[in-house]
Amino acid sequence: MLSKRSKEIIFNPFSKDNPVLVQVLGICSTLAVTVSLEPAIVMSVSVIAVLAFSNVIISLIRNTIPPTIRIIVQLVVVAALVIMVQQFLLAYNYDVSKKLSVFIGLIITNCILMGRLEAFAMHNKPWPSFLDGIGNGLGYGLVLVIVGFFRELLGSGSLMGYKVIPQCVYDAGYMDNGLMILPPMALIVVACVIWVQRAHDKELQEK
Amino acid sequence: MNKNSNTYQIVYSAIMVVIVGAVLALIYMVLKPQQDRNRDNDTRKQILAAINVTPEDDDAIAADYKTHIVKEYIVDDKGAVTDSSENVAFNVNMANNIKATKRLLPVFVANVKGETKYIFPVYGAGLWGPIWGYVAINADGKTIYGTNFSHQGETPGLGAKITESDFQNEFKGKHIYMDGAFKCVEVVKKGQKSTNGAETIDAISGATITSRGVSAMMDDCLKPYDAFLQTLQGSTTK
Repeated sequence: MLSKRSKEIIFNPFSKDNPVLVQVLGICSTLAVTVSLEPAIVMSVSVIAVLAFSNVIISLIRNTIPPTIRIIVQLVVVAALVIMVQQFLLAYNYDVSKKLSVFIGLIITNCILMGRLEAFAMHNKPWPSFLDGIGNGLGYGLVLVIVGFFRELLGSGSLMGYKVIPQCVYDAGYMDNGLMILPPMALIVVACVIWVQRAHDKELQEK
Repeated sequence: MNKNSNTYQIVYSAIMVVIVGAVLALIYMVLKPQQDRNRDNDTRKQILAAINVTPEDDDAIAADYKTHIVKEYIVDDKGAVTDSSENVAFNVNMANNIKATKRLLPVFVANVKGETKYIFPVYGAGLWGPIWGYVAINADGKTIYGTNFSHQGETPGLGAKITESDFQNEFKGKHIYMDGAFKCVEVVKKGQKSTNGAETIDAISGATITSRGVSAMMDDCLKPYDAFLQTLQGSTTK
């Protein structure tokens, strides 16, 4: 269904071209929204949507953009899309928009967006750009979910807000790790994920 | 066409700004009525949450609000009712009200299973932005019946925990008067005691500033009701 190139565009960001683990983009938000799993998931979905559409828009107008102000044009497109997402959520899914509060606005500052617009959408046709947006968004989301999973499980003993560690374990003396919910631990978890990935994928190791 | 010429750049950015501005303005205008409805409904839901009423779904909010909130009015700092027209308390914008030199003091009178509760809006600052809430006080004028807090952008997993029932339930049954004097409950680090002998609530670990914000907000916003609450206390002891 998809050509070989399309497949590469979509699936490379999962492993050897992962925006967070390999390109080290979007670290800020990875630290900020992974305290628990739910915001991590919603953030991933929002980033996928904004990334895919901004990629398409920039790709459509790429031949008209004056090179000297291209970054500003990209920024305006991203900001407009983010505001739209925010407004639609406020009107049609108020509860979710309340839960996400500042995160939606923070998408603007996610360097993956500008990174992909600049590196891919400026030089490619709309369809590959769309796939690139989806792929990178998924690659980013994957890391977010992994980190969110461990931080919520070990930091709060719950997943998606539901208690998963039974009370009897607490009675036996187990305690939630308070460090897990603080930002430094997100860095350490991300580092562990990078470690695992590089141990597995030899070609990524620096000489 | 030379894409690097100044004219091209200026015209390009001007057109871009106009288009984006128009699209955003259009979306805002089309969605605004729906957003306002959601916001009002959400406020009603928060007020109801302070008296532990949870509407089944969004359609039930208006009906539940009507059955539970029987009266609303504005009092002055002497405790006298100054305005009791419809929705008068609901329409007070707390963000502006808090800065006014002479604050309006909105009161919602609720009826929960035959008992009268008084709900007071509170508004203050957290770490990243405003926090606000509703505090329901029993008819004795000093015991907290229930609370509900909301925030705009506190850190999830830390400061944002003020919206969770574990934290809010701690307030239930606490007193905001000790030996006849106003001493609002204080949010302090677990195990610590209040400096002025007020009752305490365990703060959220990792969210010191938000916890302090809740404490300060309660004190700041409930204190002006002193006269009103004293009158309530007087009427129940007699």
